[in-house]
Amino acid sequence: MELKTKINAENGAHDLFITREFDLPLELLFKAFTEPELVEQWMGTKVLKLEGKKHGSWQFETTDAKGNVVFKANGTIHEFSPNQKITRTFEMENAPFGVQLELLEFEKLTDDTSKINMHIVYESAALRDQMLQLPFAQGINMAHNRLQQIVSKLK
Amino acid sequence: MNLRRDVFQAIADPTRRAILLLVASQSMTAGVIAANFDTARPTVSKHLQILTECELLKQEQNGREIYYHINAKKMKDVADFIEPFRKMWDDRFNALENIMKNYKTK
Repeated sequence: MELKTKINAENGAHDLFITREFDLPLELLFKAFTEPELVEQWMGTKVLKLEGKKHGSWQFETTDAKGNVVFKANGTIHEFSPNQKITRTFEMENAPFGVQLELLEFEKLTDDTSKINMHIVYESAALRDQMLQLPFAQGINMAHNRLQQIVSKLK
Repeated sequence: MNLRRDVFQAIADPTRRAILLLVASQSMTAGVIAANFDTARPTVSKHLQILTECELLKQEQNGREIYYHINAKKMKDVADFIEPFRKMWDDRFNALENIMKNYKTK
């Protein structure tokens, strides 16, 4: 399968960039980031709170099959411009990675395609690398397998 | 063949990832680690053994207690470390795309 998501993380920098083009109109791409039930599906986490507005906040929580909380994160929303930009913070609870700033820019390419540019800023280069190194980064999406099943049913 | 010593096998398990996350914040004893999980103590011990065997965790004797801590060097060896992170976002975005394509046709 072709991998369409690109990451640009320069050595020693305290930030990174994620870009991805979608075969989706801009409005649908943006919606996927703002409707709690849609976020839950593709992020594979439970959305406890998601306020799509300036000064709003959000909370995610993931539990394993036995109900243990394996991931919990929260943040506030600083800018919310529909179909253009979301600026928010992200902090994983009970983890030593500090808070990160996420700048999400949504871009229309054609009527049926769109693009997201995510700029993630960490407190330090060391924290960024720690975050990238930890194998659980790969598995933050604990419900990944379940999600795959949901998606394949939709196809 | 000992799959248990395969690092990627070791981190494929959600409980073991949760243990790594926990121990990343500070070194702790098996008892303290197990107290964070509803899982039976022997199961947690087994996970700790696997993580130790593949050197993601290191044991350190401190008085009578054995503390587990993250082996940062080995974590680095898990590299190319950006790839899992990129793959995670790629998987998420692929799911997003599929879900929204379906949403569109509703």
